[in-house]
Amino acid sequence: MKFGVIQFPGSNCDQDAYFAALNVLEQPTEYIWHESTDLAGFDCVIVPGGFSYGDYLRCGAVAALSPVMGAVKKHAAAGGLVMGVCNGFQILCESGLLPGALLRNEGLRFVCKHIFMRIENAGTRFTSAGAKGQVLRVPIAHGEGNYYCDDATLKELNGNGQVILRYCSPAGAIDRACNPNGALDGIAGIVNREGNVAGMMPHPERACEPVLGSTDGLVILRSLLAGQGLSKGSVCLRPE
Amino acid sequence: MSRKARIYVTLKPTLLDAQGRVVQQALTNIGFEGVENVRMGKYIEIDLADEAASESNVADMCARLLANPVTEDFRLDLEDA
Repeated sequence: MKFGVIQFPGSNCDQDAYFAALNVLEQPTEYIWHESTDLAGFDCVIVPGGFSYGDYLRCGAVAALSPVMGAVKKHAAAGGLVMGVCNGFQILCESGLLPGALLRNEGLRFVCKHIFMRIENAGTRFTSAGAKGQVLRVPIAHGEGNYYCDDATLKELNGNGQVILRYCSPAGAIDRACNPNGALDGIAGIVNREGNVAGMMPHPERACEPVLGSTDGLVILRSLLAGQGLSKGSVCLRPE
Repeated sequence: MSRKARIYVTLKPTLLDAQGRVVQQALTNIGFEGVENVRMGKYIEIDLADEAASESNVADMCARLLANPVTEDFRLDLEDA
């Protein structure tokens, strides 16, 4: 399975994502420059964290209009996997590949710490290596991770099982006190309706080896491989 | 002759403006009474050549880049520079 990691000016988790795909998942992996318009041959494209284009105007707004995002849209439309982490999630929302937006953290502070998140739907290509209700301890590092969408979209996300990850207590309870940024409904990660594009604020690539303090991110990363052999665009491995 | 677009981007009224709330509190703390609400936004000026200076063109800029339709509203004025 061939991975591509996009590099925008200002990306800073690109090397972590590259390491996780190449060295931890042991898959062929290449960087993709933001001016590239051809993603032929890539199975999974990771849009990494960072501060693309300095986060000027709005986080991810300028990156969403960069040449490579046109190619990412084509890749997604053809059923290819796309995973956005942190700034990558913001970029996917700004580009319209995922619904909603990421607002300034409710507490106005940049939050950098390990959080707990619960797998809400283990039937997706981003969570299938885990179990529904499983709690993962993974770091976050963002100032704008406060997920927001309108009521109709929220209803749709919840109804379709598109909320894949929610902030929770260490025991897995959804608790306002365990929501680090004020995200609507405690949403930490979502997937598109077709099931092949996901975004999340927490960083699984920073929790993939014991030396990093947690290996829980492997559940997400290994899920990416679990869908191999499925026809492109398959939504659920284990429909719930 | 060029024209100037003045664009105001604001959070939708339904959204909590945490920054605005802090500023409201700060104004109250330093003694200003009656500060009932503060909303923060962005102000953008664009100088435009005549052929680009139509309201529909600037509105298109706002819709496609300058404002996020999910979270923000915009208002624009066009005037002779």
